[in-house]
Amino acid sequence: MTRTVKNLTLKVWRQNGPDDKGHFETHVIDSITDEASFLEMLDVLNERLIDENKEAIVFDHDCREGICGTCSLMINGQAHGPQRATTTCQLHLRSFNDNDTIVIEPWRASAFPIIKDLMVDRAAFDRIVESGGFITSPTGGAPDANLIPVPKPVADAAMDAAACIGCGACVAACPNSAANLFVGAKITHLNLLPQGQAERYKRAEAMVDEMDEHFGSCTNHGECSAACPKEISLDVIALMNKDYRSAKFKNRKQLSRK
Amino acid sequence: MSTATPSRQPVTGTAAAPRTRRPLLLDLYGTAVGKKYAMAISGIALMGFVLFHMIGNTKMYLGAVELNEYAEFLKKLLYPLAPKESVLWILRAGLLGMLALHLHAAWSLTVLNRHARSVRYQSARDYQEASLASRSMRLSGIVVLLFIVWHLLDLTFGVVNTVGADGEFVRSEVYANVVRSFERWPVALFYVVANLLLGLHLTHGAWSIFQSLGWNNPRFNAWRTAFARGFAAVVVIGNISFPIAVTIGIVSV
Ligand code: HEM
Ligand code: SF4
Ligand code: FES
Repeated sequence: MTRTVKNLTLKVWRQNGPDDKGHFETHVIDSITDEASFLEMLDVLNERLIDENKEAIVFDHDCREGICGTCSLMINGQAHGPQRATTTCQLHLRSFNDNDTIVIEPWRASAFPIIKDLMVDRAAFDRIVESGGFITSPTGGAPDANLIPVPKPVADAAMDAAACIGCGACVAACPNSAANLFVGAKITHLNLLPQGQAERYKRAEAMVDEMDEHFGSCTNHGECSAACPKEISLDVIALMNKDYRSAKFKNRKQLSRK
Repeated sequence: MSTATPSRQPVTGTAAAPRTRRPLLLDLYGTAVGKKYAMAISGIALMGFVLFHMIGNTKMYLGAVELNEYAEFLKKLLYPLAPKESVLWILRAGLLGMLALHLHAAWSLTVLNRHARSVRYQSARDYQEASLASRSMRLSGIVVLLFIVWHLLDLTFGVVNTVGADGEFVRSEVYANVVRSFERWPVALFYVVANLLLGLHLTHGAWSIFQSLGWNNPRFNAWRTAFARGFAAVVVIGNISFPIAVTIGIVSV
């Protein structure tokens, strides 16, 4: 089998810490196999930098199989690069042409401060999940499977929303740094299922209010969904908006009964 | 070590709802999602206005008498149950309020969005879905706003309309005022351009309202874009036909 090799030029964002100004640094990658993943290419570059006694480029990664949501990177102006429905760790060099120049930037949002180079702090997502992205269930023995009937279409829709891996590409891709797709996915996942009903409206209000503390506002561009490696649909945003409106009414009613 | 169960504080936001709240509408408007509701609702009100405004103006094609009578008719809505012009003024006040709300929401969300990305991307973005319309909402909105101001000065107050009926602006001579104004080609051109931008604003806006209001249903989702484009097309074609008709002489005094 003949292997295709490529020569690439990388323009990588380097930034020493949160307050450093940062700059692009150019590196040439000579004859690297087509079958290398994008992150493997950065590994190769980092090996070289370390050999040359230079500082390795800091970037986030963990599972490298597209399921953990740790990897990031704005690649040539697209979150997770040019291939649809694909995380950066699952992107391969076959998606690029020989002699391409590839520009690599970190996610940019005020809520995602840069830690170093390409690594950002996505703790704002944790704050949102802590505010309501769970069900408060009593602990005890595991319930029997299928004890709570869930209609198949509902289970499917909830599962589609649950596919969100919390990577933050939606925020990075959004011209407004809005997190509506992420929060919409979390709310939809739980609010569609019977198990999520008890806290449905508390959750909707708490999570959206928490989102408001960190992120911008949705103008329905649709960039988030296009960038999302799990292809979360804009439908989740509409459901979130609807539940938030209902929550404002219902939670008040409950409060006045206390 | 104490064996007493420690008193459990609510760990989460879901367990504890805030004790005091502002009035419902203010509470909603205080959040970004609530402001989008305001934007969508005021947008619908403005869409209703531009549609009926356009339909009413087609009376121009029936001649001066019909159009001038229509203007009189608007003053006599619900007359004699309500005094003359009272309903018209209520409608005008409502419309101005809606416009103010739309502008305030647009303004404050734009400020919020700027803060949400204080350091911008340093390399070019490669947008996938964002359209010309969605990305120019603010620009098209501002041009439409300037246009509304000019339009009122031109055909309502006559301040910039020195040509009206027989060289003077006469409020009740609606038909003559319109025709004389559009006979000035730069004015006609501005009307056409502003309305094309209104159309652009609506191709995104009239789709966007469904998302903002949480109206999402597989049964009609496919129609949302078609509705937005169709609505924008009807309004724009109707509106720009007037200055064009005057320019090419179909409508004249
Ligand atoms: C006749 C006048 C106008 C009509 C019919 C109209 C209609 C609409 C509609 C239906 C929306 C969608 C609301 C939503 O996304 O939920 C919208 C959004 C918007 N409008 Fe207007 N508008 C008008 C004037 C203006 C003006 C004067 C401005 C001034 C700056 C403006 C700025 C905006 C902005 C920034 C948005 C948000 C964009 C987005 O959601 O993507 N509009 N407008
Ligand atoms: S919605 Fe998609 S893009 Fe956003 S955090 Fe979840 S998986 Fe990532
Ligand atoms: S590293 Fe886990 S999803 Fe990319």
